[in-house]
Amino acid sequence: MAAAANVPADMAPAAPRRRFRPSGIAGWVVWGLVAFFFLNLFALIATVVLDSIATTWFGSWLPDDFTNHWYGDAWAEFNLSDILVVTAQVAVIVVVLSVLIGVPAAYALARRNFPGKSIITVLFLLPILIPPITYGIPLATVLYKVQLAGSITGVILANLVPTVPFVVLIMIPFIEQIDPKIESAARMCGASTVTIFLRILGPLMIPGMLAAAILVLVRTVGMFELTFLTSGPTSQTIVVVLYDAVFGAGIRAPQEVDAMAVVYTASMLVLLIIALRFVNPTQLVTRVGDR
Amino acid sequence: MRDHRFSELRLDRIGRNFGELAALHELSLTIRGGEFIALLGPSGCGKSTALNCLAGLLPLTTGTIWLDDKRIDGLPPEQRGFGMVFQNYALFPHMTVRENIAFGLKMRKTPRADIRSRADEVMRLVRLEDQAEKLPSQLSGGQQQRVAIARAIVYEPPLVLMDEPLSNLDAQLRQAMRIEIKHLHQALGLTTIYVTHDQEEALSMADRLVLLREGVVQQVGTPDEVYSQPANRYVAGFMGYRNMLSFDVASVSTGHAVLEEEGVRLQGRTFTPLTAKRAVAAIRPEDIVVEGPPPNRIDVTAEVVEYHGREMLVEARMTGGEALYFRTEKRLAVGDKTTVSVPQERVLIYPADAPAAPQEVAV
Amino acid sequence: MTAASPSAASRLTAGSGTPSLRHRLADRGIDRVLLLLVPGILFLLLLFVYPFLYGLQLSFSPQIDGGQALMNGYQGPLANYLYFFGDSYQRDTIWTTLVIGLPAALVNVLVSVPIAYRMRGRFRFKRTLTTLLVVPIALGTVLTADGLIEYLGPAGWLNKALVDFHVINEPLTLVHNYWGVFFSLVITGFPFAFLLVLSYLSGIDPNLERAASVMGAGWWERFRRVTLPLLVPGLAITFCMSFVLAFSVFPSANLVGDPSGTTRVISIAAYHAAFEQFDYSLGSATSMIMGAVMLAIIALVLGWRNTMFRGPAGGKG
Repeated sequence: MAAAANVPADMAPAAPRRRFRPSGIAGWVVWGLVAFFFLNLFALIATVVLDSIATTWFGSWLPDDFTNHWYGDAWAEFNLSDILVVTAQVAVIVVVLSVLIGVPAAYALARRNFPGKSIITVLFLLPILIPPITYGIPLATVLYKVQLAGSITGVILANLVPTVPFVVLIMIPFIEQIDPKIESAARMCGASTVTIFLRILGPLMIPGMLAAAILVLVRTVGMFELTFLTSGPTSQTIVVVLYDAVFGAGIRAPQEVDAMAVVYTASMLVLLIIALRFVNPTQLVTRVGDR
Repeated sequence: MRDHRFSELRLDRIGRNFGELAALHELSLTIRGGEFIALLGPSGCGKSTALNCLAGLLPLTTGTIWLDDKRIDGLPPEQRGFGMVFQNYALFPHMTVRENIAFGLKMRKTPRADIRSRADEVMRLVRLEDQAEKLPSQLSGGQQQRVAIARAIVYEPPLVLMDEPLSNLDAQLRQAMRIEIKHLHQALGLTTIYVTHDQEEALSMADRLVLLREGVVQQVGTPDEVYSQPANRYVAGFMGYRNMLSFDVASVSTGHAVLEEEGVRLQGRTFTPLTAKRAVAAIRPEDIVVEGPPPNRIDVTAEVVEYHGREMLVEARMTGGEALYFRTEKRLAVGDKTTVSVPQERVLIYPADAPAAPQEVAV
Repeated sequence: MTAASPSAASRLTAGSGTPSLRHRLADRGIDRVLLLLVPGILFLLLLFVYPFLYGLQLSFSPQIDGGQALMNGYQGPLANYLYFFGDSYQRDTIWTTLVIGLPAALVNVLVSVPIAYRMRGRFRFKRTLTTLLVVPIALGTVLTADGLIEYLGPAGWLNKALVDFHVINEPLTLVHNYWGVFFSLVITGFPFAFLLVLSYLSGIDPNLERAASVMGAGWWERFRRVTLPLLVPGLAITFCMSFVLAFSVFPSANLVGDPSGTTRVISIAAYHAAFEQFDYSLGSATSMIMGAVMLAIIALVLGWRNTMFRGPAGGKG
């Protein structure tokens, strides 16, 4: 990727970054498609945001009048503060655990070739490739059997299933690009294994761990299926509560539901902005595609 | 001069296998304190394996290593206390130059004030005083190289191991660094083992050379011994004897032989007894004289003439069809016929199928 | 080093005596470092492999108490599967899911190709654009569904615009049916497919196209004969991943779809069986069927991909 990124598409290596300007019919069509997509995306989000501050809105271009009382209502009605606390608890614990389990495993996979390595690599890839709803139902069944479903512990365990492999997958290329000779050099200088991990590898892996952690955070807060299948009344994260509210629409004013949706969107966007400071947008999608 | 901290490092038949492959086969060598030893050979010859075994980064398959009376081959690298310079430097990218250099002292729990003064001293020695607070990525290749050397010598290790330290530098810098390394070695009284594939580098720096081929020692000797009396045709080839001419053996006497083929007679020196009918004559291109005096006269036709400044490098064809390379200041053109000759003490004759197994070292 | 050299034989097992077991294991890459893998593997065995095997076993032992298969007169270990394929209400969920998932995945990949091809170079706002594309992925299907209900609803902006500009007379029904789910899959799936295709395209050495243009190929021929063949393996992977995402559609099928009719996808059937009828056995069986269908489609696509050129397409490195 890096090699290609340095070269502009228009076959003039010396040219500076060019502005994306449509040219020709194909260019206009492509540009139009992108614009159309973003127009709809923007309208979709704007609808939710506008409705959440509307007194009433039906059939007109804009709401009749604006108010902010839906936020207070939603906050009280859905117990949003409790839900956000649960969401934060789940997300932080999942991040910490998946880094603690995933980084050592990634180190072993990056540094050693051993018989059966490909099988273990596939084992680590499967939970990322298989959609959660597929393995979520048997997983939830097992968690119900051992009476962990419904508790925060159960939600955390279920969320770890895709995030641990995700950390492994992000960290492997990251560790591979740390020269093993650097470890040898530290050893020659008299450093023990523990010292090497604390003073050499640790600092060098921090950017990768930060990227992995923030991506896991985004994924966990946004993870609907696994949390939905394993959570109980006291362990729902905000996305599950939002789903229930939309699914049970009609019981409450739609503006209240939209107010919660805005809270969810806002917290996701904050996480996203933090995430994008550390990682490339494509990394948010997957690392699998790069291999 | 500091003392060398040991008088003798003894490698006793050390070997290392990777699976079924013997990357290093029973290397025995005694290194005196203060010596500069070069391990020389092409890539894959086992020289880096030997160095890593010495460092403790690779466990030995066979053999033992003794530092005076202490057996050290069971110790992990961090307890051997050697210094090492890596091919790509392996500097800690997240530490400044000073921190990189001080790392080994920190590991030795040196008092803070000592660390500072000794790091400063070494940085002055390698002329990096002005770069102390920079990160390795902000330095040039030559500066990084000097940091790597400083890091390896700051804690005054009994032995410094260098793994092709100059191979990533350009030719000019390489020359300068050679001198610098040699100077440090002498000034600090270090004992150095230096791995390289560059025979010129090895010849110019080392007190003794160890030539390796496919894991097996070919020759151990001073630069002069290895250069003028290669132990076998493989060493000869590596030492710049580019012409390897296959001939029939005509007559043999002690230390001397006559070869004959297609009407060409060659007289030369032998170090190993010739038992077979065939032999190989090794000749350096620069030892061949165009229109020189007899004996050893060969008729050739120039085929390729390369301009090398004052000299020409000529690829010529002998009457038998074999190629002969030589250097000359005479202006030859393609297709020119001429006669060349070689002084007989400059022709080295080896058995045609010299095995790579250890030779009786001819020193 | 050449294996054919006369000394090669002497290098084999040249060491005197057999090295220790520890040494031989280390040669094969087995040493203490592998202990670092233990927590990760234990974790996966416990929470991924075991539940899967448990579910598989459960699917072959139909639930006695309230089990749908037994109630419908199916017997034996295969009862759940016989019931699923015997009952059209269950069986048709496969077809329903394919009818939603395949076109959505296909559209996402096919639309991504020309756009990514136009944008593969470097231009200002590229990072902004890719960042914006991440937004719908990060927001997720639940929020997208919520927004779609209002935006595409009969009183939403889209219908209002179409009616006001006299494109149509009556508002279109775009939610709570097939189209609602389809649009939600495009909104979350297209950016995903696009970013993947873009990263595959960036992996193709631009010098190849330059070489082709020097040899006289126009842009269409360059794309058709050079870039596309190199891109096809990546497209196959992208399609598989888009398809897997679309095939496992769950929240949006419930929220913007018609979950008891035209968008009763197989994941709804599995959830319904396991957590509404509390027939875990049938739920597991349905999950297994869902996984099997998915794997079958992926195997087909990847099998076709294997007939294509798969070598490296990059330039340096």
